[in-house]
Amino acid sequence: MSLREHGAPVFLTALVALVLSIVPLPFWLAIIRPAFLVLVVVYWSAMAPHVAGVTLAFFAGLVLDVFQGALLGQHAFALALISYLAVRFHLQMRAKPLFEQSIYCFAAMLIYELVLWSIDGWTGHNSAGAWRWLYTLPSALLWPFVAGVLGRFHAPS
Amino acid sequence: MAGFAAAGRRTHYGRTPAAGLRFFVYAVISILLMYTDERRGWSDSLRYGLQGAAYPVQMVVSSPQRFWHWLRESSATRARLKEENARLTETGRDLQLAQLRMAALEAENRQLRELHTALPPLVTKRLLAEVISIETNPLRQRLIINKGRADGVHRNQVAVDGYGIVGQVTKVGPWSSEVILISDPEHALPVQVVRNQLRSVAEGSGRSGELVLPFLAVNSDVKAGDLLVTSGLGGVFPAGYPVAKVTGVVREPDQLVAQVRAAPLARLTDTREVLLIEFNATNPAAPAAEALISGAVNAPADDTP
Repeated sequence: MSLREHGAPVFLTALVALVLSIVPLPFWLAIIRPAFLVLVVVYWSAMAPHVAGVTLAFFAGLVLDVFQGALLGQHAFALALISYLAVRFHLQMRAKPLFEQSIYCFAAMLIYELVLWSIDGWTGHNSAGAWRWLYTLPSALLWPFVAGVLGRFHAPS
Repeated sequence: MAGFAAAGRRTHYGRTPAAGLRFFVYAVISILLMYTDERRGWSDSLRYGLQGAAYPVQMVVSSPQRFWHWLRESSATRARLKEENARLTETGRDLQLAQLRMAALEAENRQLRELHTALPPLVTKRLLAEVISIETNPLRQRLIINKGRADGVHRNQVAVDGYGIVGQVTKVGPWSSEVILISDPEHALPVQVVRNQLRSVAEGSGRSGELVLPFLAVNSDVKAGDLLVTSGLGGVFPAGYPVAKVTGVVREPDQLVAQVRAAPLARLTDTREVLLIEFNATNPAAPAAEALISGAVNAPADDTP
């Protein structure tokens, strides 16, 4: 039922988020660029788990792997994990006000980056530097905005 | 959101029953993918295909930037073009002059080496590639260029610009490739100080304007202003190409190694075109054969997917 209703918005918003995630930015903006695609995937996983969940996350992650030249499967795994968590806890998350959702989102971003960081470490890639954690905060702060924008796609008032 | 959850006409969404199972399946797939990708197994051809599929998107995403460049170029005034023309003519003349001297020097070098035949030219093939997108963050410094296997690009091919070494090709797609910049923290290249032939390794720092040389002893003879060129070791880069200029040397008395920093000569991040070059293996300046450098960091890998 809801796939026909939500499929297109989910795909379109994910595509826009992907473009925002890979558009070339100067150094200082790049390190604080919010993870748009991750936010969108978490949003749809929590708000419409029957439409888009782990499957969307896996393929979105795979696309990120390709565009960011990462180990194939690295982002896919991390994103599938936090999407699963979002689906698992979507009822709790939905019941919270936006501010608290941001905190949930921050935790999700930290888990996501922790997974990426661990995989980088295990496979002998460069994993040093506190820089890489920097974007998690702007991402979480952007959550209310993302939720507001994406909310328009499935809750016509 | 709240409005969504309260929408009465929708059925209440419960916990998706299959999410755990699905996650498990995808987790296994991802781990398998990572494993094979790390070992450069069959996933190489998958990545090759995916990179081909990603190319149009990369083109579209970077199009506003390229459109801007195009607009600026096509709206150049006559005066500016004239000025540029004059400058280029002058540079051309200078280069010609240098080339004249170069021929004499090469002849002299040949005599000194007592070679009776002329050395083969070092560069056998060159390919101009346009930069489609630039990624510069502390973890990754890469370029995407618009030439791929269809144009004969292969892994570990050297990319240069008019000023020095830019990097080397890491991933090849059908129509595009990824170039790792020398400033990428995962990149290291063997260099030599021109002044005294001191050899070392220059590693990327994650900032596009800086390389670090972490393996020089405190008492080694290196100072700010020294020119670093490729040493020809490592099997990837040919000898004698300019790489960087030393910007600062810090010597702490209680440390064994000096902290040496250098600024790349190539314009890594504002370059719009790079030159991919191929070398004649019989020229002495060409990268050393793989057999000689079995322990090298950047040993060229097999090109076939």
